[in-house]
Amino acid sequence: MANTRAKKPARPYLHPYLGGMILGTVLFLSFFLSGNGLGASGGLNRIIVFFEDLIVPGHIDRTPYLLEMAGGNLNPLDAWIIPMVLGTIAGGFLSGFFNGRLKVETNKGPNISNRTRWIMAFAGGAIMGYGARFARGCTSGQALSGGAVLSAGSWVFMFSVFASAYALAWFVRKAWN
Amino acid sequence: MAPFQLQAALGYWGMMALYFMLGLGFGVALELSGFGKSTKLAAQFYFKELTVLKVMFTAIITAMVLIFLASSLGLLDYSKLYVNTTYLWPGIVGGLIMGVGFIVGGFCPGTSLVGMATFKLDGLFFVLGGLFGIFMFGETVSLYDTFWNSSFFGRLTLFDFFAVPAGIVVVGVVLMALGMFWGGEHLERIFGGRDLQKEPKWRYAAAAGLLLLALATAFNGQPTLEKKWHRLAAQKQPLLDSRAVYIEPAEMLSLIHDDTRGLLLWDVRSERDFNLFHMRSAVRMEEETLRNIHRTGIDPTANQVIVIMGNDEKAATEVWKWLAMQDIPNVYILGGGINRWLETFAAEARGLMVKKEGPAETLRYAFRAALGARQPAAEPDQHLLKSLGEFTPKVKMTKVVKRQGGCG
Repeated sequence: MANTRAKKPARPYLHPYLGGMILGTVLFLSFFLSGNGLGASGGLNRIIVFFEDLIVPGHIDRTPYLLEMAGGNLNPLDAWIIPMVLGTIAGGFLSGFFNGRLKVETNKGPNISNRTRWIMAFAGGAIMGYGARFARGCTSGQALSGGAVLSAGSWVFMFSVFASAYALAWFVRKAWN
Repeated sequence: MAPFQLQAALGYWGMMALYFMLGLGFGVALELSGFGKSTKLAAQFYFKELTVLKVMFTAIITAMVLIFLASSLGLLDYSKLYVNTTYLWPGIVGGLIMGVGFIVGGFCPGTSLVGMATFKLDGLFFVLGGLFGIFMFGETVSLYDTFWNSSFFGRLTLFDFFAVPAGIVVVGVVLMALGMFWGGEHLERIFGGRDLQKEPKWRYAAAAGLLLLALATAFNGQPTLEKKWHRLAAQKQPLLDSRAVYIEPAEMLSLIHDDTRGLLLWDVRSERDFNLFHMRSAVRMEEETLRNIHRTGIDPTANQVIVIMGNDEKAATEVWKWLAMQDIPNVYILGGGINRWLETFAAEARGLMVKKEGPAETLRYAFRAALGARQPAAEPDQHLLKSLGEFTPKVKMTKVVKRQGGCG
């Protein structure tokens, strides 16, 4: 069914300011109802730790950072961020489905192969995942959520992400242009 | 008042379902903005298409204005929102690492989920890479956890840092964002060849609307502790009227000698009185600190009792109201204040002080020297407890659930 849908012409994306206002309203609702912002990487972290706990529970109990999530009888999946991450995936899928944007494809610059793009995506993801835990939050949990409630550290963090990406953009321009 | 105690209101699964719905909205908003497409995200860094900047900052200022407006109108309690704590240098280093991942991989963790959900293979590889990176962090953080836990500033906000009212920062951030949008659109025109004439005119109205709401927020101001008390007095005043939070000298003495929980003694009298006499381990607290407890780094979730003391009860009761409005649990008042305390243990300090007349809220004992805590009544012996007779204990410990961040 997804394929017949996908054959229809994909609808254009929303104007960025409109998309931003919708996103901002969702973020406000999250804070208003629950007191928490939005997030992603914390959920991925807990999923990883869940599997790690199945294989090497002793190792979890000896590592302070992992202990907080899954030490002893703690279930790392017993956290609000887990349904939120599942919801994010479902929301992305539904929006793609209804707008004809579900399509198996690889988005990349014209000068690199699909394989190069996949390797870069994996490497970039690994660096991003590492950095997100280092900074105690990703773009959603730190920059977006922390930015909206005016956390000083979140604003400093946000500018350091942009600074670093701009500084490096020239060196990887072949990948995107 | 928002935010709500979701588990109490909806039950465990109801709460989880609501978080799922919020996630759903998040995913839809990201996908609608084009954040499932890595080329659109990466274009930001070549000035061709500043979608990332526009969506992100519009979202931040929209949410920020709504949050502070709701707080200003008394609909939302800002002090109960999760504000990311600041670990300055780990945040900067983590941000720099993430910037590298962003430009190499073309996604961030949240957007890669949407990319994966709409069958983008690069999104899938990014998610797998992200999981691997997160795994590696968990395995290596022990090597440098001193640095990772350094430069901690607690719940530091921009308006605390600049020491201005929150509304001013809200207006400032909106103006900064609008300036960035203006600059960004011109960069798109220069580098991306975009025709600005074709941009919708409603964006001016939206910008003006947000700015007006921000100005209204700043003008109305954030609720002071007194305003908050006015609103919540019906709930909290009975605790004062029934004297449920005033503890007797006898219970105070038993608390001092109870080692099973922490005890913070906060003296709110003048420095002069404090120097003449204060209880051992009491700390003198200034009004500024008491009104901004979150800046002190005191952990309200710890197993501890806080006892406030003045010369009599009036000043301490005012302070109790401030603390109640900041949701500090387990706060009590020394019944009768220091004057009654000295009266109770006067025999202990015989020769060091003399009773005298004086108006309320003053120290009605004259001391021969400013001995501070260096006198017996500062920490009377435990055996005196028997001679004081029975008392009804007032202290009941409440446990507080800590709010954790989305990436916690």
